[in-house]
Amino acid sequence: MNISLFITCFNDTLYPETGKAVVSILERLGHTVHFPLEQTCCGQMHYNTGYHEEINPLVERFADQFESAEAVVSPSASCVGMIHEFYPKLAALSGSKVLQDRIDALIPKVHEFTMFLVNELKVEDVGAYYPHRVTYHSTCHSLRSLKIGDAPLRLLRNVKGIDLVDLPGALECCGFGGTFALKNADTSAAMLGDKIRHIKNTGAEVCTSADNSCLMHIGGALNRQRSGVKTVHMAEILNTTEEGAQV
Amino acid sequence: MKKGSQPTFEETAGTYIENAQLRRNIGHATKTIRDKRQLVVQELDDWEELREAGRQIKQKVMNNLDRYLLQLEKSVSKAGGVVHWAADAEDANRIITNLIKEKKGTDVVKVKSITTDEIRLNQALENEGIHALETDLAELIVQLAGDEPSHILVPAIHKNRAEIRELFKSKLNLKELSDEPADLAEAARLYLRKNFLKAKVGISGGNFAVAETGTVAVVESEGNGRMCTTLPDTLITVLGIEKIVPEWKDIEVFMQLLPRSSTAERMNPYNTFWTGTTEGDGPQKFHLVLLDNGRTNVLDDETGRQTLHCIRCSACLNVCPVYERTGGHAYHSVYPGPIGAILTPQLRGLDDRSAASLPYASSLCGACYEVCPVKINIPEVLLHLRNKVVLHQKKEGGFRQKTDPVHLAMKFLARAFSKRSRYERLQKMGRAGQWFYKKDGTISKLPGQLSKWTAIRDVKPVPEKTFREWWRDRK
Repeated sequence: MNISLFITCFNDTLYPETGKAVVSILERLGHTVHFPLEQTCCGQMHYNTGYHEEINPLVERFADQFESAEAVVSPSASCVGMIHEFYPKLAALSGSKVLQDRIDALIPKVHEFTMFLVNELKVEDVGAYYPHRVTYHSTCHSLRSLKIGDAPLRLLRNVKGIDLVDLPGALECCGFGGTFALKNADTSAAMLGDKIRHIKNTGAEVCTSADNSCLMHIGGALNRQRSGVKTVHMAEILNTTEEGAQV
Repeated sequence: MKKGSQPTFEETAGTYIENAQLRRNIGHATKTIRDKRQLVVQELDDWEELREAGRQIKQKVMNNLDRYLLQLEKSVSKAGGVVHWAADAEDANRIITNLIKEKKGTDVVKVKSITTDEIRLNQALENEGIHALETDLAELIVQLAGDEPSHILVPAIHKNRAEIRELFKSKLNLKELSDEPADLAEAARLYLRKNFLKAKVGISGGNFAVAETGTVAVVESEGNGRMCTTLPDTLITVLGIEKIVPEWKDIEVFMQLLPRSSTAERMNPYNTFWTGTTEGDGPQKFHLVLLDNGRTNVLDDETGRQTLHCIRCSACLNVCPVYERTGGHAYHSVYPGPIGAILTPQLRGLDDRSAASLPYASSLCGACYEVCPVKINIPEVLLHLRNKVVLHQKKEGGFRQKTDPVHLAMKFLARAFSKRSRYERLQKMGRAGQWFYKKDGTISKLPGQLSKWTAIRDVKPVPEKTFREWWRDRK
């Protein structure tokens, strides 16, 4: 299959290893990966902060880059959620019927990475080996906006050597919320504090998820506290085999 | 209330978060009710169908509100009640004060009602020398303490029984009192009973009003509401215009949705329904005050309109991770939690800076939408209101709001993202600019607004190569 990667601005700039892992896994499974270099950002930060008019050009830009793709895959649950949930609204806001139709046709082809593996490619075992104690944080957007279900867990359960432990209070938000973490820093800190406590109580060395944005928030605090727990995106775990990381 | 006289959410949230007793009380109470709700909701195979039915009924009401309101007025009048129309709080308070004065009453008993809290009825009456006694146990606690409600359903959720014991001992002049719930309830019961028998006027809110029949309903747990609505000679009910249901049979849907979502019970202990007046039985005078107070403005907004579907169950408060940590007072509104974050700014308007801060008091986790019994898409309305706040600040805000650096930063970033060359230049700038902050492979201190991030979190530096650079080199 010809798969176009929507890396997201966040992963492109700060977490290139996640993108490399996605490419490596998809190629290992026999697919061809394309990366349209004109892609930039989905506009989620703007949208969630209330700046809706500013990002109309980004909706059109996304359509330009990806509408010819066979499938679009992204390692960010929240950015995919943004596209699925709010791009139709933004397209309607633009007043262009053409753009609305283009977005409507494109959206069913846009997939979150772990859901794409499990639901579209029907793969649950990617041949990974990861001999570590790991706990999984289900991000709110993957859970409630995308309805990710247990796709990430199915993939993780098939990883050899992994010691996968349940995270208590797993359904509760970590307190990131994009600009919420700055605008309501005190509340965000209180939510993060409880999430960190739960993660530490599992005794895991690694906290993983299908989104680097929550992991940046959680990992930033784990690092500050010298907790000895690190955060790793799902794709990087799935890309580690008995021969090491496959990039 | 003077606009902008109250603090914003973010200005005081920290103070409440630091209150260990409050955190413990609210954390414990919300978790208990959250878990119980889950159990009683799971029992129903048709829960999702019920939610959808509730949503559709409410949508029908909002689409035809003018018609249903007139129908309700007709039905209530026919059954012997009198309907009054109140455009705002002042109107409603004046109407109610005059009705009480006509009865020459100074003692009034009240059923728990957030709508009367919204219009600050108790203060308005107090100014006219009328004391309205709250008879709901939790509302009584709040009233005796000179406090404000902090939860839609459990107004004294922020207080534990040890605190309530102290309050009762001092305010009700009791020498001996344990902190056992039964003893506390008994103390309140003895205090309230004589007042029920004395009062000539009762005041209530209402959960539902049926347009078809003119029937009004109060759903409660203690029976004090039943006393207020049946013992006094005159009953005055204050009802937001959105509380209508079209037909009697619609009650069936809401009587399943509401108790399970609010107190996590299959059925409330006391469900009082009355239609106008009945000779020789119950109040001989019934006045229904229909309150707008900003509701028609909400109705005018296509996305915001669903906020009026709310049946005040408070399930969204109990699952909200923000509410759980700050409690209700941080919202500076009688409507706290997720529903308050969308209702308050719409009722009060965006000139009120406290109300305008509320749509941002959410991490957008979506737990509220998941439990809402009438499927109000709270995150959708939050985002819609954030957009309205930004537009309002830019167009009608003062100098500081118009020149908020966030507007400029967002404009700059949107421009950068709209062209590849600008975007890639920004990536390079970020990498180059971080040397000043990078220390031992990590960033622990950033300037300006970003210092709020680094106050408790490290930042991973921007790596040597972006993904796209790696991709280009690889080909």
